[in-house]
This record gives sequence, structure tokens and C-alpha cells, in this order.
Amino acid sequence: MTATLDPPSTKATTDEIMTVVAARELKDGVVCFVGIGLPSTAANLARHMHAPNAVLIYESGTIGAKPTRPPLSIGDGELADTADCVVSVPEIFSYWLQAGRVDVGFLGAAQLDRYGNINTTVVGDYDHPKVRLPGAGGAPEIAASAKQTFLLLRQTPRAFVEQLDFRTSVGNAEGGSSRSSLGMTGAGPAVVITDIGVLRPDPQTGEFVLTALHPGRTVDEAVAATGWPLRVSDDLTVTGPPTAEEISALRALTGA
Amino acid sequence: MAEIMSLSEAVTANVNDGDTVALEGFTHLIPFAAGHEIIRQGRKDLTLVRMTPDVVYDQLIGAGCARKLVFSWGGNPGVGSLHRFRDAVEHDWPSALEIEEHSHAGMAARYVAGASGLPFGVLRGYVGTDLPKHTDTIAAITCPFTGEQLTAVPALRPDVTVIHAQQADRHGNVGLWGIRGVQKEAVMSAQRSIVTVEEIVDELNPRVTVMLPSWVVTAVAEVPSGAHPSYAHGYYERDNAFYQAWEDISRERDSFDAWIDRHIRNTRDFSEHLALVREEGVVMA
Repeated sequence: MTATLDPPSTKATTDEIMTVVAARELKDGVVCFVGIGLPSTAANLARHMHAPNAVLIYESGTIGAKPTRPPLSIGDGELADTADCVVSVPEIFSYWLQAGRVDVGFLGAAQLDRYGNINTTVVGDYDHPKVRLPGAGGAPEIAASAKQTFLLLRQTPRAFVEQLDFRTSVGNAEGGSSRSSLGMTGAGPAVVITDIGVLRPDPQTGEFVLTALHPGRTVDEAVAATGWPLRVSDDLTVTGPPTAEEISALRALTGA
Repeated sequence: MAEIMSLSEAVTANVNDGDTVALEGFTHLIPFAAGHEIIRQGRKDLTLVRMTPDVVYDQLIGAGCARKLVFSWGGNPGVGSLHRFRDAVEHDWPSALEIEEHSHAGMAARYVAGASGLPFGVLRGYVGTDLPKHTDTIAAITCPFTGEQLTAVPALRPDVTVIHAQQADRHGNVGLWGIRGVQKEAVMSAQRSIVTVEEIVDELNPRVTVMLPSWVVTAVAEVPSGAHPSYAHGYYERDNAFYQAWEDISRERDSFDAWIDRHIRNTRDFSEHLALVREEGVVMA
């Protein structure tokens, strides 16, 4: 299928670029535990493009959901209608996630530190928060027990912080071998995809390093959007721009 | 055996000031009508338990029914913040709200333990997070067989659990299908339970996947559309427009108070509430 788009609409938005690059990270046949929002859109885009056999699991208990449009909530009726099976919430977290049946956990966050630990609980002091966020949900155990996690969030100094206000879910902990000493069954965060580029962990230290920029973005922008001294890979690459097919499939999904 | 009665009678008989009350339903089958009736009857000092305190708990908290919240994720799904929950935690309005915060896996394990008659549940969870620093009901435990470090969380045992289901039969046997959440565990961990249903039927639909026999349920009340703006699989869709409208209704204290007075306190029951919402046409209902 060759999609043709009018010139003005071919220009992808920053959210669209993020979503497309995230979708490409998912291999066909992957079992993916999906959070709502951009992760859900990216996982469904992957399913419509190169990964038709990806198994999408939502924490509401729907396994193998195949929604035609990204749902507003993680428990929309269409997820149950299109799923291979629907199980209870205790079962999804115990038999499926905790037992190690999930390949990739796809998470967002309000704050992220250099080791890929995330905060979705509070901004400011816990007892006197500046902003009370929704909280943990399924994230701590997804971050612990999925074989690996992909993180998807916009890169800003408020989000990419030197010090988290609260550690809701563990990434590479304090770096080095500190995660493995916690006895987690999953390997932790493998990639952070932002609106500016892509970060991957240094295999020795566990610190996230800028490894790719999206077309037209600069290292200076990435550094300015990061609250810790951002390391840049010697092999910095540029992500492939979204293809017309990807953009057309994404817009068909989101109705944009 | 469950007694079939009106929702108003069921709440009067089973929900007392100071009780620990769980309203469950994981985005699907959320018992909004029962939440409204608790507000209408002016219950206070409740310890509210729920994995995902969403709009129904925003209403209960803002209306002054709650003293404490036990939860794992508090937001308006797909929309954003719960402004009344945030106002209570951030500014003690309308009163201070104590919180006991867990993860979904932890809350699920707590309900399973409660339903199983065990003192605690066990999971691989919370390790390395800041949650155990702020939540007393999380403790490290060593497996007596392997020596592994695991996490224990105490059983939940609500005084009363409230859920919504598609159907009950005339004996009070309850049946639901679609996304089933943690409702079975929540009912079976509680001392008492109220189940509102879309309809009371002669024979339960064969689609039923979760069945609660009449003798584990205290009260059944027929409340058509009783999960609105949530949904009931096979009956009606989720009213996404209402969830989006809630953002504006709930952002300011005045607009919230006015909405609660007009749509809940000054309506006789849920059918009158729904008629008003439909008549205003602000949201699909």
C-alpha cells in the first residue's frame, strides 16, 4: 500500500515521531504489557505495521486485545471484545506478569532519572506535595518483572531530573549492579524514547546515554532538556523519519 | 441469601459512618449509583478502599464522605487528574484525607488474602521503591523454603463491598461478564456486600463468567444504568464525554459543590439523576 498525503499533513508532529519510533522497537510476536496513552498508541501502531502477532496485555485483564482505535481507558469494552481472553486483575498481575510471561512493559512517567528510575507519585514532598500524581498503578511490578521495559516520555528539565521526588518504580536503581542485587526477575529499562531522541543504558554503569536524535533535533536541545549532565554516545545516530505508511496508519488509528 | 431491596434501603442497612467501604469495578461496572446514594445519605468518616479511585471516589471525597483512602492509582483515566482527590491531599479540602498507598499488584494480593481467609498476601513487589517508606502495610518477608526475599501485604477485609453487575436472578444470584477486575475477591473479602444490577432476570445470561451465589451476597438492588458514566458490557458503552466533562466540573470547589448539590443531593435517586443529566444534554447518557 502506498499512502499519498498532501504536503502540509506529511509533516509529523513530535508526538507522532515519538510514537512511530517507539512502535519500531516492538518486534513481531512480542508479549507487551501496555500502559494507556502514547504507549498504547505505539503498541497498536506496531500491531498494524510490522508486528501483527504482537500480544497486547492491558492491566484490566485483557490478553491479546486488538482494538481498532486506541482506547481512552485501559478497560474500554472494545479491549474485552477483541481479546483472546479476559482474566481477573489478581490473575493478570500474578500468573502473567509476576510469573515472567511478559516480554516488554511499556511505561510512561512524570519524572525519570539518569538510571531510568521513574516517579508517578508526587512532585515535592510526599506529605505536603506540590502536585499529587495518580500513583503507582501497575508500574512498580511491571518495572520489576517484565523481561525488559521501554519508557516513553517527553524530554523536559521538569521530567528528566537529577533527583526523583519519589521513586515509584525501579529502573537501574543506583546504577552498576545495584538493580540485580534487588533480586528482580526482569532486566529493567532497555530504552527511553522521547520527543527529541532515543536514550539507551551504558552496559557498565546503567546510566542512560543519548544514542539517537530524531531528524532536525540537536544535541544542544537534548542537553538543555535534561536535568543531569547528559552523556552523548560516540556513535550518535539519527532515527529514520516516519514513513508515509507509518504516519497514515497512525492517523487512521488516532483519527487525527 | 441475598435480600432484594431498593438501593436506598441497601445503603441504609449496610453502610455506616466510619465503615471501611470498598467500591470496586476496574473501569467497567463501576458502582456509581451506589456511590451517589452514599453521598445522598450523608455518610461520613469512611475509609474508602479501591484500586483505581476515579471519578466516583472524586465525588465521595469532595462531598466529605471520606476520612481515609486505601488505593493504588488515583486519576481520571485517559483525561488527567482527580481534582477533588488532589485538593484533599494537597490542601485538606473539604477535610484532611489520610492515604494508604499501594501498587495494583499489592492491592490485588490484599483482596485475594482477604477472600481466602489469610492474614496476608505475598508478592514480588515494592522492592527498591519509596512506597514502603510511607506505607506501613508493606513488609519484607523471607520465604521459609527458598530463603528468597519477598513482600507481604495484609489482607483487606472491608466492612462492606459494593459492586455493580449486569444481572441477578430472583434468588439474588449475581452474574457478570466482560472485564471482571477484582470484584469477586472484593465481595468475598468483605463482611457485607451490596450488588447493584442492570436487571433482575428469571435466568442469568449464558455469557456470565463471574458468578456470585446468593448466599455470599447481602443485598441486591436493581438500578438500570447504575454504572453510568462507566459501562456495562452488553448494555451500554462508557460515556467518555462525561469523563472529559468531569475535568471542568471538578476543577473548582464551587462548580463541584454546585454539581453535587444539583445532581446528587437534590435528586431523589439515580434514575432522577440520569434524567437530569440527559435533560441537560451536557453529556451523553
